Amino acid sequence: MAAALPAPRWLPTVAAALLWACCGSAVTDGIQDQAEQFFRSGHTNNWAVLVCTSRFWFNYRHVANTLSVYRSVKRLGIPDSHIVLMLADDMACNPRNPKPATVFSHKNMELNVYGDDVEVDYRSYEVTVENFLRVLTGRIPPSTPRSKRLLSDDRSNILIYMTGHGGNGFLKFQDSEEITNVELADAFEQMWQKRRYNELLFIIDTCQGASMYERFYSPNIMALASSQVGEDSLSHQPDLGIGVHLMDRYTFYVLEFLEEIHPASQTNMNDLFQVCPRSLCVSTPGHRTDLFQRDPQNVLITDFFGSVRKVEITTQTIPLDPNLVGLETRAPNDEMAAEPLKYAEQLPVAQIIHQKPKQKDWHPPGGFILGLWALIIMVFFKTYGIKHMKYIF
Amino acid sequence: MAGVVAVVLGLLLLLGSPGGSTGPPRDSLREELLLSPLPSGDLAATFQFRARWDSELHREGVSHYRLFPKALGQLISKFLVRELHLSLTQGFWRTRTWGQPYLQAPAGAELWVWFQDSVTDVDKAWKELSNILSGTFCASLNFIDSTNTVTPTASFKPLGLANVTDHHLLRYAVLPREVVCTENLTPWKKLLPCGSKAGLAVLLKAERLFHTSYHSQAVHIRPICRDASCLSVSWELRQTLTVVFDAFSIGQGKRDWSLFKMFSRTVTEACPLASESKIYVDISSKTQENELLEVTPLPLSVHEASVQGDRRTYAVYDLLSPSLFNVSRSLNVQLKWKRPQDSLDLSTPVLHAQRYVSGYGLQTGEISTLIYNTHPYRAFPVILLETVPWYLRLYVHTLVITTKGKENKPSYIHYQPAQDRRRPHLLEMLIQLPANSVTKITIQFERALLKWTEYTPDPNHGFYVSPSVLSALVPSVIAMKPEDAEQSPLFTSLFPSSDGSSYFVRLYTEPLLVNLPTPDFSMPYNVICLTCTVVAVCYGSFYNLLTRTFHVEEPSSGGLAKRLANIIRKVRGVPPL
Repeated sequence: MAAALPAPRWLPTVAAALLWACCGSAVTDGIQDQAEQFFRSGHTNNWAVLVCTSRFWFNYRHVANTLSVYRSVKRLGIPDSHIVLMLADDMACNPRNPKPATVFSHKNMELNVYGDDVEVDYRSYEVTVENFLRVLTGRIPPSTPRSKRLLSDDRSNILIYMTGHGGNGFLKFQDSEEITNVELADAFEQMWQKRRYNELLFIIDTCQGASMYERFYSPNIMALASSQVGEDSLSHQPDLGIGVHLMDRYTFYVLEFLEEIHPASQTNMNDLFQVCPRSLCVSTPGHRTDLFQRDPQNVLITDFFGSVRKVEITTQTIPLDPNLVGLETRAPNDEMAAEPLKYAEQLPVAQIIHQKPKQKDWHPPGGFILGLWALIIMVFFKTYGIKHMKYIF
Repeated sequence: MAGVVAVVLGLLLLLGSPGGSTGPPRDSLREELLLSPLPSGDLAATFQFRARWDSELHREGVSHYRLFPKALGQLISKFLVRELHLSLTQGFWRTRTWGQPYLQAPAGAELWVWFQDSVTDVDKAWKELSNILSGTFCASLNFIDSTNTVTPTASFKPLGLANVTDHHLLRYAVLPREVVCTENLTPWKKLLPCGSKAGLAVLLKAERLFHTSYHSQAVHIRPICRDASCLSVSWELRQTLTVVFDAFSIGQGKRDWSLFKMFSRTVTEACPLASESKIYVDISSKTQENELLEVTPLPLSVHEASVQGDRRTYAVYDLLSPSLFNVSRSLNVQLKWKRPQDSLDLSTPVLHAQRYVSGYGLQTGEISTLIYNTHPYRAFPVILLETVPWYLRLYVHTLVITTKGKENKPSYIHYQPAQDRRRPHLLEMLIQLPANSVTKITIQFERALLKWTEYTPDPNHGFYVSPSVLSALVPSVIAMKPEDAEQSPLFTSLFPSSDGSSYFVRLYTEPLLVNLPTPDFSMPYNVICLTCTVVAVCYGSFYNLLTRTFHVEEPSSGGLAKRLANIIRKVRGVPPL
């Protein structure tokens, strides 16, 4: 039997070194994973607030802009309950629309962005600066229905899209009021302080749109605009059948870009920044990322335009019993009336004629009027003398 | 051990459930489509979906909803609603050319609600209910407030079972400016048990339904008798949708109609959850000759009913009968006219009305309503309900009602004057209409000046006056026997019939569009510029005139050296050069 060779002195160290190498690679893999996790957004739900602020038929293109973003956002997975859609006027059922219940974005009526299952939350006169700010900040009267609220939390990614007519530092709402960039920045700061968003993407398609994001100061906001200060955003193409311009250039090319995106695509924000070069858009689109913590290279388009779905995978089988009917327990017996109930008479003429109106007003009693007149007459005769009496009686 | 437990549990389940099975189902769904050709050549299609639930909704702990939608059931139990009627309409039903409607609705949004008598604050419940409904139906019903809500005292009696009719539990509001579009149809379709996937609801495509002269969708909730003895209450939800297809824009001038031409879809199956699913086509002819309408495919049965005082014949297609889809998998009902166009008679309906605004200028005006009774020998009363907004100040002393040249005094008048910015005018009158007559009701008003913040963003469009409501019991030509509500088609049981000699009809007039004196909103900038310029020029000139003084000045002579020398001489005190 060969003598057991004593383990060489260097074996433990080599073993240790090998082990360390393996663990080390595992550890570095773990660190890399953690590092990548850092670049992924930590949001759990997505919301969208889409606002069109223009009224009147010739502003058809602003409604088409908003509806095309709505359509993309719905297609990529955000449900209607998480979208607050505000349209300041009704174009689809406008009497001047030659094709009712449709809003087109491409000429020759190729794409109907209005669709068949649209749900507009704020319509016509409800789109005001006050309502918009209330939706953002959450300071809403208590009886507002759920579909009109932005119920976001601190893990929500919110997309805010605004379009209409604007100028240097303001956006016009319905031709009667304006919202300034300072108000908007303050509203976003309120949202940040109340932890109403995780990350926010703000897109604006108006003339001089870049002025609207100049004043933002809250963290985690990325902003895109269709034109710089001093430039006008131009509209794309008119349709001769409908008679108005159908879309704005910037949103038209954004829509074409979004049509290529599907819920699992890995396209990032840098592609969205390049979506409309000067040759196509005539104006210079701008963007602002200094308030945003992550690198736009690592931000996916679907982080804002798509929706996170929480999926649980289970391997346990649950049997469904086809014979399980009648979950209602025996319902308690409903009250039976003692005598048969009847329907009300629709026009009981006799009852109506003899209906006495409620005497809610207080009439002073007749004696009061008489006493008042007696007082007046007494004062008159005391002042002017009794000789007038015989002319009265 | 486990097996024994399972058997015991099974036995308990069997014993627990009534009768070993579920018993008769407690809710049911009926769907129906009625196609009626109108005298003017257009075609009216009325969809009705009725869900009926044999349960008491006001009881606590109702949580299992099957066919009755949960959104509406929760509303009823939370706000203690007894009846709810909401309609959203685009267009106007032209009674004179189209005939009497089955259920007319005013243009815009109309909401009227009867509350239970246990409600303490009706106004608060009404406000909250309209807010919640605005979210449910994507309509701006949150604009309903005290400035457009009224409490009628004689119209709008409950359509369902009622034992107390105290009118302070009733609220009525109309929003004539409301637009109806696909976003209102979408939640309406979602309330149907089968959605828009099966049954008659597959025909409801927005692009065709809004390309019509008249589109009205409504939701009616009311309590009804559960059976003939009427000792217990069931809840009924009716969803109705009426559209009128124009002969010229859809029909291309021809009067042949088919389901595919109207809806661009055909029916392939009935809703599996429906107990009854039928299509009725009105094939009654006014004259006694053979039908003037040919219907393909041939109907399996024909139903005769007395509707609105007239005996009418309907072709019936029962989607639940297996023989209907034998020939082809889809059903496309086609209607062809056998006789040429001009041989149709246009009979005027017994009761129709018209309303218009007259006057000139932006200060005063007059509202006139014309009510026509074309019955040859019967007179009947009608209740007229007018709601006028507060900014049109009505002068009730100018109210004049004339019939055939003579004054007609109403048997009942209820007038509630408006309060500025708080309450609208309410005028309710019960007027007797003599046979074959025209009654004209006129009242003058004055337009108020609104505060500049109260104008809408488009004030030059005008301001709407809501349609007035006419409720009447119209005498019928033939005697109508009261039919059982369960066996008869849905369109005959909209209003509870009291006796067979007259039928109840509710008509609406046109809404009015009135211009108020509107300031020119572009003027402030111009005014500021002009005023500032005028003030600067005038005031500046006056100031100069008043304060400018003149003094003589020596002409300066000599150059720089002389001036310097003068300065030095001045310092020395010596007279200058």
